[in-house]
Amino acid sequence: MSARSLLTIDDLGSSGIMRVLDLADHMAEVNRRPNPKVPALRGKTVCNVFFEDSTRTRLSFETAAKRLSADTMTFAASQSSINKGESLRDTIETIAAMGVDAFVVRHKSSGAPQLIAGWTQASVINAGDGWHAHPTQALLDAYTVRTALSRTGGFDGLRMAIVGDVKHSRVARSTVQAFRMLGAHVTVVAPRTLLPPDVGDRFADAVTDRLDDLIGDVDVLYLLRMQHERMHEALVPSLREYTTRFGLTPRRAAMLGPQTLVMHPGPMNRGVEIAVDPAELPGAVITQQVTNGIAVRMAVLFDLLGSGGPIAPTTDAATDVTTEGPTE
Amino acid sequence: MVAAKQVLGPDDVRRAVTRMAHEIIERNRGVDGVVLVGIQHGGVWLAASLAEEIARIDTPVPVGSLDASLYRDDIGLRPVAPGAVSDLSFDVDGVTAVLVDDVLFTGRTVRAALDALADYGRPRAVQLAVLVDRGHRELPIRPDFVGKNLPTSTGEDVSATAEGVVIS
Amino acid sequence: MSLLITGGRIIDRDGERIGDVRVVDAHVAEVGPALEPGDDDRVIDAAGLVVSPGFVDLHVHLREPGREEAETIETGSRAAALGGYTAVVAMPNTDPTQDSVEVVDFVRRQGERAGLCEVLPSGSITVGRAGETLTPFAELAGAGVTLFTDDGNGVQDPLLMRRALEYADGLGITLAQHCEVERLTAGAVMHEGDCCSRLGLPGWPAIAEELMLHRDIELVRLTGVPMHFLHLSTARSVELVRRAKADGLSITAEATPHHFSLTDERLASYDAIYKVNPPLRTAHDIAAIRAGLADGTIDAIATDHAPHVAEAKEQPLDQAPPGMLGLETALGVSLAHLDMPLAEVIAAMSWKPASIAGVADRHGRPIAVGEPANLAVFDPDVEWEVIPARLASKSRNTPYVGVALRGRVVHTIFNGHAVVVDGIAGR
Repeated sequence: MSARSLLTIDDLGSSGIMRVLDLADHMAEVNRRPNPKVPALRGKTVCNVFFEDSTRTRLSFETAAKRLSADTMTFAASQSSINKGESLRDTIETIAAMGVDAFVVRHKSSGAPQLIAGWTQASVINAGDGWHAHPTQALLDAYTVRTALSRTGGFDGLRMAIVGDVKHSRVARSTVQAFRMLGAHVTVVAPRTLLPPDVGDRFADAVTDRLDDLIGDVDVLYLLRMQHERMHEALVPSLREYTTRFGLTPRRAAMLGPQTLVMHPGPMNRGVEIAVDPAELPGAVITQQVTNGIAVRMAVLFDLLGSGGPIAPTTDAATDVTTEGPTE
Repeated sequence: MVAAKQVLGPDDVRRAVTRMAHEIIERNRGVDGVVLVGIQHGGVWLAASLAEEIARIDTPVPVGSLDASLYRDDIGLRPVAPGAVSDLSFDVDGVTAVLVDDVLFTGRTVRAALDALADYGRPRAVQLAVLVDRGHRELPIRPDFVGKNLPTSTGEDVSATAEGVVIS
Repeated sequence: MSLLITGGRIIDRDGERIGDVRVVDAHVAEVGPALEPGDDDRVIDAAGLVVSPGFVDLHVHLREPGREEAETIETGSRAAALGGYTAVVAMPNTDPTQDSVEVVDFVRRQGERAGLCEVLPSGSITVGRAGETLTPFAELAGAGVTLFTDDGNGVQDPLLMRRALEYADGLGITLAQHCEVERLTAGAVMHEGDCCSRLGLPGWPAIAEELMLHRDIELVRLTGVPMHFLHLSTARSVELVRRAKADGLSITAEATPHHFSLTDERLASYDAIYKVNPPLRTAHDIAAIRAGLADGTIDAIATDHAPHVAEAKEQPLDQAPPGMLGLETALGVSLAHLDMPLAEVIAAMSWKPASIAGVADRHGRPIAVGEPANLAVFDPDVEWEVIPARLASKSRNTPYVGVALRGRVVHTIFNGHAVVVDGIAGR
């Protein structure tokens, strides 16, 4: 039997999301202590395999694993045998043979974590694949909104606008999905060139290219990163025009409701999607997103590796359970 | 299934709590520097009850709660359902911490709680108060304050609340 | 040497009857009821089976020369014979490209050496399939090449395509187009639609095929030179071809079994087995392809047999090469998925493609005295599943594992030789 994995938000469903967010509260409490470390995953080995550079995400996962006392290994493609023609499958099977309980996978190709999950008995956590999914980002986004707005019961009635390059964004795909599962009403705001083809009801609750029409009415304004190379692909005429139509400018910041949260998955392109100093926005929770990322990733790691159930006990372990008996 | 059997009623529990509160005060010669720490889930109500009694008899003491699920030695062997988040809003360095739980059985939860507590600081001493000691210890752990010693078989289930103690 | 095929349902372009077929040397010597077996006759019992002209595949990638680890002309020929094919058109995207007499001669000779079916090398339209300069059409035609294509790529430059058609006029050759405007498909791995939006995969829009198809139909209208269109995959493409034929333009078209049996939903597995070019489309497109085959808009079923080694397909979708096997499953997929009279399925697999490939003098012939003995004998009703390890192809990238197929070739006669007997390829 293959271990449980987190490849997309679908793997959790709304109840799974709530379970992870509840666990994240415990992890956040650990993180507030002077010695933010618990022995929960002692003896477990987590391997970060990053086929695409992402120092932020890698550090976040590494910190999360270490705070749970797991051993960590890091495999970065740039320094690896990938350049020597070793296949992805060989790489994974070789590392798996060293004894790994979980792979944290970042890959530039959509679907790579799903392929890897088919090749190993270890749990696989998707740390971002292509344009496809970034489930831990979605969870930390949900956790950030939940803590900032004290909405532990779900997001019914919450209005969110997600603005920018949705087409190429794994963050958008996962975050929109997670927020909708929790009951939020999500509007995607972008020009057609930055929307996936056939974007419809299955993707979002509403689609518009007129940010000004709804910016005053949303509870969460989520800005996506606008990558410079998109200009060369004729997706937008210029970054200046993008900022004019879709950026958080001082004019638009003044339109925000007093409670509206402003979020961004980082790294920000200042002056493009966000043309104000986020430190001056009362509702900006961009730093909290980063902080919460650790607690949420601890929760995911613990949920997959430490919560029992799906991990088949060995014969010895099964005996231990019997002698241990019910909880005191 | 064995039929449920009530071994203590609400009045018995109240009397046991009062007695334990007196013992805690006596043992520590007052409650200066004493804090109560209820272990999630079952110890939390008992810690609150003991604190109420101690406040009535002597002076109020700080009360906190501790979730030890991330310190258990059976992680990965069975589903873990953490209780509420730990809440220790006081400094534990140098205090006498009385860990409080409803039922003492194998001792593994208490061991986890000892480890968890150590991550918050270095208490001067740690004592253990339980409403029921049902035996079958698997670790060298002994309670300092016991409401009732209750012989049981390992297959039985013991629940201890303010409403009473029930074996099933 | 001689063969006697007894008791089969004989289906050819002239109709259907039950009878025996005697083959002597490379030709049909006798057809009729209850022929007496001669002393030297090898008797093949075809009771309950269909005896038809051998199939002709307009579109196979045999990988030799250049990618022999995936397929060779011999292993590909064996797969073809097992699929009932007696002739296959080898696509020119080999290494080196089939753009010179030397290379096409090599491919033909390797086919003859294998001796399991006729391997017809196609020629590329442009040198190295680079889309820049025309190959020597006349020289290659002199070496027996009848079909020219840059398959794998479409000829992007409209001026070059116009020149190619004009220059081909009168040479007795057919130009075949892989319709894909590459500017619209950069990085694409699957059909552009709702499914790719959810999966976060770059989409290959239908318009990329339809634009080039439309351009080339208009070039045929302009030049009057016939053209063949490879692997139609969209509903709108079928409609474009239907209208062009109604206008009397001399064009032909093919469709692959995977484009009328599998939808883009398969890509949700992220398994590169399902990556193919053009991509798997929607149920709506599948219905249109089936209708196009049924009404004759699409002339031929062609496999686009494209072998790849396992390592190549065990990669993320954007890194894996496109293509899937087809030769050994084409009949089974066609009979399982097409709601057409059996004779019309055979037509689309035999005499119609034989005519497009310019081999109608020896393949897809009526089963009659004096005709070349290129025959397929198959069970049209048997249900079966593919076992990849038993495929004759050197590669295993079939998308039909675990899929029920109907109809399977039992015997194949090529040039009078029983090259497949009881589902086993000989020689």
